[in-house]
Amino acid sequence: MYQAIVFFPLIGFLIAGLLSFSPNNSKVDKAAQIITASLISIVAIMSSFAFIAHINDHSVVHIKLFDWMAVGTFVVSWSIYVDPVTRIMLIVITSVSALVHIYSIGYMSHDNSKPRFMAYLSLFTFTMLALVTADNFLQLFFGWEGVGLASYLLIGFWYRKPTANAASIKAFVVNRVGDFGLALGIFAIFYLFGTLDYQEVFQKAESLASGTSNIASTISFFGYNIGSLNLICFLLFIGAMGKSAQIFLHTWLPDAMEGPTPVSALIHAATMVTAGVFLVVRCSPMYDLAPDILSLITFVGATTAIFAASIGLVQNDIKRIIAYSTCSQLGYMFFAVGVGAYGAAMFHLFTHAFFKALLFLGAGSVIHAVSNEQDIRKMGGLSNYIPFTHILMIIGTISLMGFPYTAGYYSKDAIIESAYLASSGFSSYAFIIGLIGVLMTSFYSWRLMFLTFNGTTRIEEKDISHIHESPNVMLIPLIILAIGALFSGFFFKDFFIGTSSELFWGNSIALHHHDHHHIPFLIYYAPMFLGFLGLFLAWYMYLKNKNMPANIVKMNGPLYQFLLNKWYFDELYNYIFVKPAKAVGYFFWKMIDGYIIDGFGPDGIAKTVLNLSVRAKRIQTGYIYHYAFAILIGVSFFITYFIYRNI
Amino acid sequence: MSSLPILSIIIFLPLVGVALLSLINSTTANGERNLKQTALWVVCLNFIVSIAMLINFDQSDPNFQFTESYFWLNSGISYHLGVDGISILLIILTTFLMPFCILASFESIKVSLKEYLIAFLILETLMIGVFCSLDLVLFYLFFEGGLIPMFLIIGIWGGERRVYATFKFFLFTLAGSVFMLLAIIAIYMETGTTNITYLLQFDLAPSLQYIFWLAFFASFAVKIPMWPVHTWLPDAHVEAPTAGSVILAGVLLKMAGYGFIRFSLGIFPIASSYFAPFIFTLSIIAIIYASLVALVQTDMKKLIAYSSVAHMGFVTLGIFTFTLQGIEGAIIQMLSHGIISAALFLCVGVVYDRIHTREIDRYGGLVNRMPLYAFAFMIFIMGSIGLPGTSGFVGEFLVLLSIFSVNTYFAVFATSGVVLAAAYSLWLYRKVIFGSLIKDDLQDILDLSYREIIILFPLAFLTIFFGFYPQPLIDIIEPSTIQLITNIANDVAIAEPASYEPVIKMESEY
Repeated sequence: MYQAIVFFPLIGFLIAGLLSFSPNNSKVDKAAQIITASLISIVAIMSSFAFIAHINDHSVVHIKLFDWMAVGTFVVSWSIYVDPVTRIMLIVITSVSALVHIYSIGYMSHDNSKPRFMAYLSLFTFTMLALVTADNFLQLFFGWEGVGLASYLLIGFWYRKPTANAASIKAFVVNRVGDFGLALGIFAIFYLFGTLDYQEVFQKAESLASGTSNIASTISFFGYNIGSLNLICFLLFIGAMGKSAQIFLHTWLPDAMEGPTPVSALIHAATMVTAGVFLVVRCSPMYDLAPDILSLITFVGATTAIFAASIGLVQNDIKRIIAYSTCSQLGYMFFAVGVGAYGAAMFHLFTHAFFKALLFLGAGSVIHAVSNEQDIRKMGGLSNYIPFTHILMIIGTISLMGFPYTAGYYSKDAIIESAYLASSGFSSYAFIIGLIGVLMTSFYSWRLMFLTFNGTTRIEEKDISHIHESPNVMLIPLIILAIGALFSGFFFKDFFIGTSSELFWGNSIALHHHDHHHIPFLIYYAPMFLGFLGLFLAWYMYLKNKNMPANIVKMNGPLYQFLLNKWYFDELYNYIFVKPAKAVGYFFWKMIDGYIIDGFGPDGIAKTVLNLSVRAKRIQTGYIYHYAFAILIGVSFFITYFIYRNI
Repeated sequence: MSSLPILSIIIFLPLVGVALLSLINSTTANGERNLKQTALWVVCLNFIVSIAMLINFDQSDPNFQFTESYFWLNSGISYHLGVDGISILLIILTTFLMPFCILASFESIKVSLKEYLIAFLILETLMIGVFCSLDLVLFYLFFEGGLIPMFLIIGIWGGERRVYATFKFFLFTLAGSVFMLLAIIAIYMETGTTNITYLLQFDLAPSLQYIFWLAFFASFAVKIPMWPVHTWLPDAHVEAPTAGSVILAGVLLKMAGYGFIRFSLGIFPIASSYFAPFIFTLSIIAIIYASLVALVQTDMKKLIAYSSVAHMGFVTLGIFTFTLQGIEGAIIQMLSHGIISAALFLCVGVVYDRIHTREIDRYGGLVNRMPLYAFAFMIFIMGSIGLPGTSGFVGEFLVLLSIFSVNTYFAVFATSGVVLAAAYSLWLYRKVIFGSLIKDDLQDILDLSYREIIILFPLAFLTIFFGFYPQPLIDIIEPSTIQLITNIANDVAIAEPASYEPVIKMESEY
């Protein structure tokens, strides 16, 4: 069955890919859409069964397909490895993917290359499944770069848009920076442990930490002596930072919004960007042995959480706001991991997939309704025109802000409580930031909602008549996601973080037990209170007292500009990486290659030879008296020489 | 099999083709067609024969197979051929690429077609000879002989600055090879033979090894090419006709990589291990330097040429790690680069035949009219980037994996090359393929013809196939590589001066 789960999307990709070369016609389009969507739906149903059936027995399925590379002691095979962590990822990936496939049938109805779009979506699903079903780091790397390729293709799907092309390259290259770390981490793992197989690596890591093995406990890396496990975990984390858009490597994610909105929902919210969290959770037995790196992760995650949220406060593009929100929520997942709450991180990954996909697809429904406008300043009052979308997005928003008993409430509270209870490095920093982040999250989410749906409309008269509610093929996936966003927390909390968690996880992650009953009353209710405070502030500023935002901007000009320009990361990177790389490349090319190497090499030699022969030629005048004169000089020179030598 | 001189057949079959071609009267109506078809049939036949050899090749035997030995100049210098796991795949690569070269020339060569095809067939003979020679003099003959047809191909059928390019190409390669010739003579004086199988077992004195190693290095470094003697390659590629670039990138560069493995490692192991850090440094410079230069190129072929320099940097890096993964990775990288870079040059040729320019800025938005082309080009770009699932990844990964065990500095710098590779490759692709189709002369550009599909898609298939399942290649390469490494390890262990050991002990006593 698991073979089918992994390979059906590949079949869908191949069929839709072939169809995309046939000339445009609606039958081909339909065929591609129906084949891919139904294949993924079947896969989603199978994954759900697998998830439900094994919810209490944490069994492991391990299928070896065939050898990928076997060079000496380096042996890696293609395989399917399914444990509880994988099953969670499977259900998240396949269900969101299936819904996005179906939604895209409606969303892309005006596009000319539907089969190509469906093919890319299925390719993405396949590579993502290959990533999460790996039993070794190399197959993980295959999936890791494979989803990068799919993401690149989908961001640049509208290839006539220069901004989309630029964004797709940026996404690929920035991710490659992360992959650079991941690759080095994999090399280090093989160098130290002699294998890339997860289970063997974790076993050897454990024996290394307990001092019962002869593996070097420190390693000289780049001139520094670093603890082996610290080094590996650090390098792998760089990869995770790239894929999960953590601060410093986040710049690609907002730009990735250039892609079609279903892509943003599937790849840049629910699945691919969570691969970094998955990687760290997958390696939690190893990360648990590297507390320094866990502290670093806590710090990076918490910083990203507040950094991205702060930018989200002032953005005006509906998709970018949600993108920064995603970035911020990924930060939450990371600091959960950092404080050792792997279960809570996976729980938030799980619930986040539902409500964030819901928000993105809802935003897509809005954009679809208002003829591709994305600036929320040019919207307003849409609740009258697209009421269903409005209600569904409210569900997504309350789940994101952590409204009691919604999915986000359980998972986010679990993370904040874990940070409060933990005593590892930066855990109090993470706790405080987690609380401030809740306020900001709620504020920017409601700001988006109020500006889009409430108040008087700012849409031009002529466009109002075009506003229409989305077709059912788009709304039904939204409804299913809304159900998930409301109830997935309540139903699954016991398994992820509660009483059944031991049965649920088995030893697929490192489990730590915190006593959640000893949380002070104030701390327990703080996130909820802050969430409502954010809601109130947004209501007050954007519906009640509408001049206030402008006044605040006037008073805090530089700060506003700083946030609006996304902390100037793009400009900074442009100045310290992009421009110097080009300048250096140009210098190498023109100066070193052209001037020095060629100048002293072939060109120089040729010139010298030519020069000498020109001079030699001048001597050959052809006049006898010139030659006779030269002979005379020569003879007199030698005579003089011999006379003086004999003396 | 020993009765049939299959290697000689593969080497000289193209020369039979030359004889046939010279009999065809090219001035008649069907002359051109006859010429093309004869050449194509000959190279295809040669490919089939080489596949037959591969089928009969015993994968478990690490030694030279299909050996032939005839008296030639004297008892020490003979006509001696043979293949092992290291060389056989390079021969297959050569015979495999030749039909594509002939096919790619069908439309683009307008003048002196007969002479052009003859030059290519002679070149094939010489290239295959390089990979089968088991005698240094014979090797040198083939290795240097290859210069002449290549020189003619660029110089006669090349672009505008072809004369400058050929002169640079010739000057660089010949300057390097002179040293190798001197070293070969010296080796003969020293050992009384140029028989490679004998020399592989012979322990040369370390002091001689250093000198000989440097002499061979001079030749191979130019040809592979390593920084700073790489500047001939971009010019040669830019001016060469498409098929010339394909052979240059696909096979000629690999002759030097092969030379490093066979001679530098095999015959001068002590010198090789001594000079390894030097090679690593140059390779790292090549990877980063060439990638940065590729970033600012405006000519498609020049960009791919510089990326070749970077990719060959991985090859030299892998060879001198003396590890199984490193050397096999280097060989796979050579094979993969042979397919991918050849395909990239063919891709450039496709649009060059239509628009007659290689300027990146003159293109843009080709995907609108050429979806098949865009698809094939994408696969090769991803192969060049080294995306997992393409053959480009396998070699690069194995090399980097092994260099990490040698030195983490080198590993970090070399790995950073993959970030730059993504930047320049995707930039090229975006400029040429994506965007709107606004240039006037591109408005009615045609997608791939059947001939071009037959050229590009088998290469695309192999790029992906060996990305997922490189094991058939590894199985062939492995036994001979193991034997090579064991020999090196033994030689280095024996030759390691005894005085070194106390030093190590003293350190551990502290």
